[in-house]
Amino acid sequence: MGMEELKKTPLYGNHLKYGGRIIDFAGWALPVQFRSIIEEHHQVRKAAGLFDVSDMGELDIRGPQALDLLQYALTNDMSTVAVNQVRYSPMCNHRGGVVDDLLVYRLGEDHYFLVINAANIEKDYNWVKELAGRFPGAKVENVSDKVAELALQGPNSEAILSRLTRADLSAIRYYWCAQDVEVAGVRCMVSRTGYTGEDGFEIFCSPEEAPGLWDTLLEEGDELGLWPCGLGCRDTLRFEAAMPLYGQEMDDDTTPLEAGLGKYVKFDKGDFVGREPLLEEKRTGLRKKLVGLEMVGRGIARTGYPVLKDGEKVGYVTTGSYAPTLDKNLALAFVPPQLAEVGTGLQVEIRGRGVGARVVKTPFYRRRDK
Amino acid sequence: MYPAEFRYTKTHEWAKVEGDLARVGITNYAQEHLGDIVFVELPEVGRQVKQGEAFGVVESVKAVSDCYAPVSGEVVEVNGVLADKPETLNQDPHGEGWMVVIRMSDPAELGNLMDVAAYEKHCEEEAH
Repeated sequence: MGMEELKKTPLYGNHLKYGGRIIDFAGWALPVQFRSIIEEHHQVRKAAGLFDVSDMGELDIRGPQALDLLQYALTNDMSTVAVNQVRYSPMCNHRGGVVDDLLVYRLGEDHYFLVINAANIEKDYNWVKELAGRFPGAKVENVSDKVAELALQGPNSEAILSRLTRADLSAIRYYWCAQDVEVAGVRCMVSRTGYTGEDGFEIFCSPEEAPGLWDTLLEEGDELGLWPCGLGCRDTLRFEAAMPLYGQEMDDDTTPLEAGLGKYVKFDKGDFVGREPLLEEKRTGLRKKLVGLEMVGRGIARTGYPVLKDGEKVGYVTTGSYAPTLDKNLALAFVPPQLAEVGTGLQVEIRGRGVGARVVKTPFYRRRDK
Repeated sequence: MYPAEFRYTKTHEWAKVEGDLARVGITNYAQEHLGDIVFVELPEVGRQVKQGEAFGVVESVKAVSDCYAPVSGEVVEVNGVLADKPETLNQDPHGEGWMVVIRMSDPAELGNLMDVAAYEKHCEEEAH
């Protein structure tokens, strides 16, 4: 696909202006980096970074049966989510495979807002609409084109954002949001969430106002070390924090239990899509289990590389990278449950050779103040 | 930017002739294109390589890239610094970031490589 055929976010012009190197990311023209992936990675860990995540999709769900629909469609329990609270959940198919993983924002008594992965927007929308057939009192709307999203991440995020708003940001706790927050004169929804393992906010606004907000944030944040950041470090940051990425750590044929997301599956909340196959898997044991690997030998594991035990293929790498903060070569991989114990010696096949690796605890990185 | 005494490949390696030896590395264009280099795999000393054959691998955060021999011959030296400091390839690709030294078996092959003017033109074309 030529670059001119790619979808563009409202911030495309900003990326060109700030010197972003544009790539094709699942059909979107987005910056992979502005300076260097590693420098941007370190900047987010020690100061702050601003990301364009406007490619993410959003579904608006409202009505007296909105909660019933979500309870049925999602594996996590939404009945205990308060207004302005945010909750993570997998969404499964009838086989227990993951359709998507998403964030649910409760915006009102009967009003929810789902933030979904860019590559899954059509699939999710069709799936939720299909399930909504059983819940006539729930109305589902795909509002992805009406919403821009910026992620401000890193330890200086609160200090930077507080320069541009009168809202009391310290009152927004982790996985909560505030609606109708004015940031630099732009009406936004702000949540204390993110995908980097650092403190930070995700800021939702109208597509028309996003370019101005981006520029103002970078100007105001400059003194506090705010850099524009690309997809490259977004991936290395989330990888160190062992936050799963749809399409790599999970997909339609992988269950949340296998992907290590069992704590987001609430069997006791009543019926939900995938409950039976997931219960069955829980009873009979996992087919595969997601683990962290640290390379012992020289080499970098990459997505799809085979994992070996005594020369035989037993699993595969879902994400592998040099981890800049930890200065190690690490990977997430699926292996048989009996080989998932921390300390287990395995190999990763790199260019035809088995390179030593061992199972280590995840997350690889956890910030100190948490 | 690109040393006039080097010879270049279309795949962005350089060769610097030192008698019957050729010092080999990747070009500034290559390192810029790859981004932060985090891993370098080099051949053993003594290995025979053919012109155009992969002799090593350079990995950046996002990409894995083969490096192709500009000339045929025997690898007589490898740059051990790159194992611990792969970023040297980003910092000084035409100098400290050299990768291997090859004892040329057929110096006439140098005629297949580009001079600096041809290489700079090649880079310009690829960038568009």
